[in-house]
Amino acid sequence: MDLTPKQSIPAAESTRFPDEVLERVLTLLKSPKDRNAVSLVCKDWYTADSWSRRHVFIGNCYSVSPEIVARRFPRIRSVTLKGKPRFSDFNLVPDNWGADVQSWLLVFASGSPFLEELRLKRMRVTDESLEFLALNFPNFRALSLLSCDGFSTSGLATVATHCKNLIELDIQENGIEDLSGEWLSCFPDNFSTLEVLNFSNLITDVNPGVLERLVSRCRSLKVLKLNRSSSLDCLHRLLTSAPQLTELGAGSFSQELTPQQHAELKHAFGFCKNLTVLSGFWDATALNLSAVYPACSGLSFLNLSYTALQSQELASLLPHCPCLRRLWVLDSVGDRGLEAVGANCPSLEEIRVFPTDPFDEDMLHTVTESGIVAVSQGCPKLHYILYFCRQMTNAAVATVVRNCPDFTHFRLCIMNPGQPDHTTNQPMDEAFGAVVKTCKKLKRLSISGLLTDLTFKYIGEYAKNLEALSVAFAGSSDLGMQYVMEGCSKLKKLEIRDCPFGNAALLSGLERYESMRSLWMSACNVTVDGCKALARQMPRLNVEVMKEEGSDDCKADKVYVYRTVAGPRRDAPPSVLTFSSL
Amino acid sequence: MSVPLEHDYIGDSSMEKTGDVSIITPQQKSTTKLVSSLSMNLKATELRLGLPGSESPERGDGSSAELCIGLPSSKSSVSRPKRGFSVAIHGGSGNWVFSPGAGGPDNNFSSPRNNPVAANSEQGQAPKDSGLPPQSSPATEKKKAQAAGSGAGPASKAQVVGWPPIRSFRKNTMASHPTPKNSDVVEGGDHNPNSGGSASSTSVCLYVKVSMDGAPYLRKVDLKTYGGYKDLSLALENMFSCFTIGQCGSHGVSGRDGVSESRLVDILHGSEYVLTYEDKDGDWMLVGDVPWKMFIDSCRRLRIMKSSEAIGLAPRAFEKCKSSN
Repeated sequence: MDLTPKQSIPAAESTRFPDEVLERVLTLLKSPKDRNAVSLVCKDWYTADSWSRRHVFIGNCYSVSPEIVARRFPRIRSVTLKGKPRFSDFNLVPDNWGADVQSWLLVFASGSPFLEELRLKRMRVTDESLEFLALNFPNFRALSLLSCDGFSTSGLATVATHCKNLIELDIQENGIEDLSGEWLSCFPDNFSTLEVLNFSNLITDVNPGVLERLVSRCRSLKVLKLNRSSSLDCLHRLLTSAPQLTELGAGSFSQELTPQQHAELKHAFGFCKNLTVLSGFWDATALNLSAVYPACSGLSFLNLSYTALQSQELASLLPHCPCLRRLWVLDSVGDRGLEAVGANCPSLEEIRVFPTDPFDEDMLHTVTESGIVAVSQGCPKLHYILYFCRQMTNAAVATVVRNCPDFTHFRLCIMNPGQPDHTTNQPMDEAFGAVVKTCKKLKRLSISGLLTDLTFKYIGEYAKNLEALSVAFAGSSDLGMQYVMEGCSKLKKLEIRDCPFGNAALLSGLERYESMRSLWMSACNVTVDGCKALARQMPRLNVEVMKEEGSDDCKADKVYVYRTVAGPRRDAPPSVLTFSSL
Repeated sequence: MSVPLEHDYIGDSSMEKTGDVSIITPQQKSTTKLVSSLSMNLKATELRLGLPGSESPERGDGSSAELCIGLPSSKSSVSRPKRGFSVAIHGGSGNWVFSPGAGGPDNNFSSPRNNPVAANSEQGQAPKDSGLPPQSSPATEKKKAQAAGSGAGPASKAQVVGWPPIRSFRKNTMASHPTPKNSDVVEGGDHNPNSGGSASSTSVCLYVKVSMDGAPYLRKVDLKTYGGYKDLSLALENMFSCFTIGQCGSHGVSGRDGVSESRLVDILHGSEYVLTYEDKDGDWMLVGDVPWKMFIDSCRRLRIMKSSEAIGLAPRAFEKCKSSN
């Protein structure tokens, strides 16, 4: 077609979609990545995406300001926000660091008052914020707080009281001030919309009668996760009135049951044909666990990580769960228990083994390299592993990845820092070398044990799809980090602690940081000058240094670097220095 | 990319900079214009490089060009430190040592930081208590230090902060799993006044917390539902029998074999445990001395105490329990 400037415009117009059609089409795209890609096509598509976007995922709350988000997406209904660096879960980040949700709520209240869902991870949330949320967003339906802090059960009470259309209340592993279980009683008597209720990590008792009435009113309830102080009697009554549950978190499982009670409980579990996820089971006894068997035939995810089962108990339970795809256990099950996993769970895709007693070194080694090998032999579909152990060998890891080459998440924590292969006394370099060479789809890797720069050379050379890397007590020199920064082009998150990486290592990633979400370096050899140099050269990064009391002025004890379009943040506490090139 | 409007205040050309890099942090002794214009607001909200309460160190190293902005930190950010990190800052400064390697050939392995300060910081220890987040009060920390560790005292367990990487909730939950501990000390930093305060004043409930030494979690009982001391004692037996029985059994085994239901009764009356309560004045009293009605009015919480701890009370307890039942 002959396109003169005059003719090209009408031609372009005639092939344009009306906005409504384009928006309609775009709503079919759910994934944020797809949406982001769409918005880059052209101005029209950018605008259409902005108007039709309903869900926003913000991986680092400081990478953008609430004003920018509200301006760009005027009609969002659902927001997922992540705040503090992941190492705040392990107390490496000061409590008053920031990531307060209040500033976001204020902006949304004026710009997007039809907000329905809020999912927060590692944010600071105060009771005032919860009250503000409950009172200012009339359509609010779903609240999920994971690993947040700053609020108490009073805040939950205001949510229960005022959110008339609440569908989801999911409170997990938060630094919550648990004053009482009264909040549950704050749901109005005619309230019946709840579909998800998770209060498993709260300590205080809730009123069982209130809970039972609530559950029987909420006919759409699918997910119910009780806390530890919920008794088996209560559980029995709940199961009887809510057989439609798909996910159940039992409470305490230690109560002594008469044979009659046991039979009744087993009977109640038998009614729950739709259960796919089971968790909780604090202090479970083997006998009580057997009451659960009738519900296990369709189970895909079993979380036993809060009860220290022995190997035999696990071995008795697993044959009842033929469809199991995800299993979380404590290392009390031992290598024998893991052998039972390998023998009974051919469909297993994910296993996480947590330590029962991480700080007691006098404990017998409960899971070793044999356990993980046994699982890999029986479960070829395994692609996610989190394994806490006290000893490991290079050969075992190589065997594991040979058996299961499809790993996407490989997180190995040898709990003693800097521990070598216990049979050869060699560093664990070859283990992780095997992992990255064999597992082409690897996206997330956590390394541990005695590791030299060679490990990082392997990672940089082979782990081309790696997105998240977690490093502790490893490496010999700046080269280590340089290998990774140069080789891992898809890296998004890098967290490093206690490694001999200095300014040269930090600056080797200059080209990389703007395409990453964040970098964390603590207890390394980086200095304040190095951070300043980084900030000077990369204006669109925030370079934050957390100083510890008593450390040298020039040392950068903890460094947190992240890309941002919002500039340096203004809510940092005095112990956090923000370097910014202006 | 143009600098967003929000940053105009930083872009003030009167600011001096050190090599194009400014530190966005307030600094006590800065003499920049912006500071002086805001100084009227700054005194109370003065932010310094030092930690809250400490004096800012003299910075005579030529970095006087730092920008000082009088931004008050938000009120909510310092209200309730949940993880007690401030304790580590003031106390242990977060320094750590490695625990001695088990089997590693290089026992001198140390991190590049090389800070050989024994870390008794809160984060490094296993807070072996019943599941509340670590508290920040030094008193609580001390008590926890005494309670922590099954066998080894905290001084002998120098641990690395934040390692192994396990979330606080999991640490707390598992710590309270098999190990008997003093569950009393884990009350929240803001003590929650009990009994009448926990229930609404218009309800007929009178919930008080009941703790038992060695039990991983507390229970709550409604005192109004009991007719007298006997009912209360029976109810408490039922509630707490699993813990005492558990202590008799080995870890992981229910230990029910051969143990009767009345074990707790024997224990209560057999001078292993004593039932005490805290009254309105905050004093710990033996249960059973006063008329039931008076007891309910003044009882704020109950504690099933090991008689070895109830020094001086124990012999009387034995007699009292016998006589009041």
